[in-house]
Amino acid sequence: MRSALIADLNKDMQKILNNISNESIPYLFLLPCLLILGSLLSVPLYKVVEYSLYDNVIVQKNPSFVGLENYKEILGDIAFWKATLNTIIFTVGSVIGHLIIGTSLALLVNTDINPKARTLFRSLLILPWIFTAVVVAVNWQLLLNPFGIINYGLDKLGIINEPLDWLGDPSLAMWSLLLISTWRGYPFIMVSFLSGLQSIPKELYEAAEIDGAGFFGKFWHVTIPQLKPVIYGVALLDLIWTFQLFPLVWLTTGGGPGRSTEVLSTMTFRYAFVNFEFSQASTVAVSILIISAAFTIFYLRNEKSRI
Amino acid sequence: MKYTTSKEDHQKLTNQIVIYCVLCVCVIIFAFPLIWMLSVSLKPTVETFSLPPKLIPSSLYLDGYLKIFNNDQYTRFLLNSYLLGLAVTGLSVLIGTLAAYGFSRYRFFGDRAAKLFVITTQMVPTITLLIPLFGVIVWLKLYDTMWGLILTYLTFSLPYAVIMMNGYLDTIPKDFDEAATIDGCTPLGVLFKVLLPVAAPGIISTAIYTFLLAWNEFLFALALTRSIEMRTVPVGISMMVGEFGLKWDEMMAFSVIGSLPVLILFMSVQRFVISGLSAGGVKG
Repeated sequence: MRSALIADLNKDMQKILNNISNESIPYLFLLPCLLILGSLLSVPLYKVVEYSLYDNVIVQKNPSFVGLENYKEILGDIAFWKATLNTIIFTVGSVIGHLIIGTSLALLVNTDINPKARTLFRSLLILPWIFTAVVVAVNWQLLLNPFGIINYGLDKLGIINEPLDWLGDPSLAMWSLLLISTWRGYPFIMVSFLSGLQSIPKELYEAAEIDGAGFFGKFWHVTIPQLKPVIYGVALLDLIWTFQLFPLVWLTTGGGPGRSTEVLSTMTFRYAFVNFEFSQASTVAVSILIISAAFTIFYLRNEKSRI
Repeated sequence: MKYTTSKEDHQKLTNQIVIYCVLCVCVIIFAFPLIWMLSVSLKPTVETFSLPPKLIPSSLYLDGYLKIFNNDQYTRFLLNSYLLGLAVTGLSVLIGTLAAYGFSRYRFFGDRAAKLFVITTQMVPTITLLIPLFGVIVWLKLYDTMWGLILTYLTFSLPYAVIMMNGYLDTIPKDFDEAATIDGCTPLGVLFKVLLPVAAPGIISTAIYTFLLAWNEFLFALALTRSIEMRTVPVGISMMVGEFGLKWDEMMAFSVIGSLPVLILFMSVQRFVISGLSAGGVKG
């Protein structure tokens, strides 16, 4: 009697253990990934906020707690607001550039042409996206050099009378940067829209044609509404990433000449690794984080249905 | 009737020709910076800004390339980039695939939250992470080592690998797993023996894109290493810019050498990469 009870109990225990081990299987698969990402992200994010509340972090062993003093200092600094304005100009300008060029090329590649030719054109038009930012920067420094080929071409076409210092002239540098950023970033939009376009049912276009819609009619009444979720999501992603972009700006203009193209990310880097003021760097870095987080919430709201 | 058909055909042909011409012009415009890079890499520096510009060099000039390959410093940068890329790719694909399998095949408490977390990590600004990571890496005594870079690169390569692999695994019907489970396969066995062979194109393209991300990374490599021996290709090229007297031939040759391998790899799988990218909004 007793032994039977124990055997029963044993069986129950076995079942529970089995259940636990079965339940824990997915967690085991996720464990390494979440452990690495969790520690590599949560520790730094906690640290960066902490750093911003102290003075002389990293360079001194015992930094002193200063509360919100760093924020007061940064928010009272005109250079911070200039960098913020530059960041907004750079981000909005780049995203608009990406959207215009990316959408146009996606529509062009998506026209009724030979599928093999389509793949070839897509592959060639995607190229600017694959190169590392340094190569992009060096390339454009060569092209935009006062003695470079762009000045030569514009001069031959009679558009300019004397060579322009595209990256060295404070009034031109931001425009040049926007040009480079547009060239670098349009393929992401193009590729995303292209796969979006190819998933629009052909019947919708046929129906619109029967209703007498022309090229633009079809574009406005079929393409745009069908692509809307994709456009919204991709534009937001692009906005978030362009907003935080560092390498391209740092390597083409370095935030200069003067501070004419200084953005928040280059300002952070300058504080940290040029001036070794890690507290101030952290304060600017936290402000970048807060704005990114706000955009990310919008993005996730849009993507919620897909997760 | 016949007449109108041929007229329509004619119209269609004209349209096609116009489209092809416009596309060719676009390719020439957008690829020109890259063509020019190749051209300058094949010319002596003194001819870089010669007027009128010559696209095709007058004589064969390979000194730029030879100078790169004969310089231990530059070959070291290449070696570092390859090793770093391989290590980051290996770790990301392995750990990422395990997590992707969990997401793809199981429903469990907190699955949506975990997935949301992985996606959200991609939005965290690299520059915001860098400052505290610098502190952490110095504290861990990993400053100026490859390990420091491998560890920090996982912050952007791992989320990417998870999302990509999850997308690929989702396309494989669950019948595969069920049949294998009935045959006595463990969950890990199902993943490695059944799913991975089917998902091979997905794994290869995830690996190649991860490699590309690691190869192209600049900020961490710049800030978390100091000695020449630890520099990667992008940092190496940027150091050439700072040198006295720009050697355009060498710089462009190094840019070509540094871009070509990843370019070829990427092009060979771009169809898979693109479908994977659009499946789950992935950082480019």
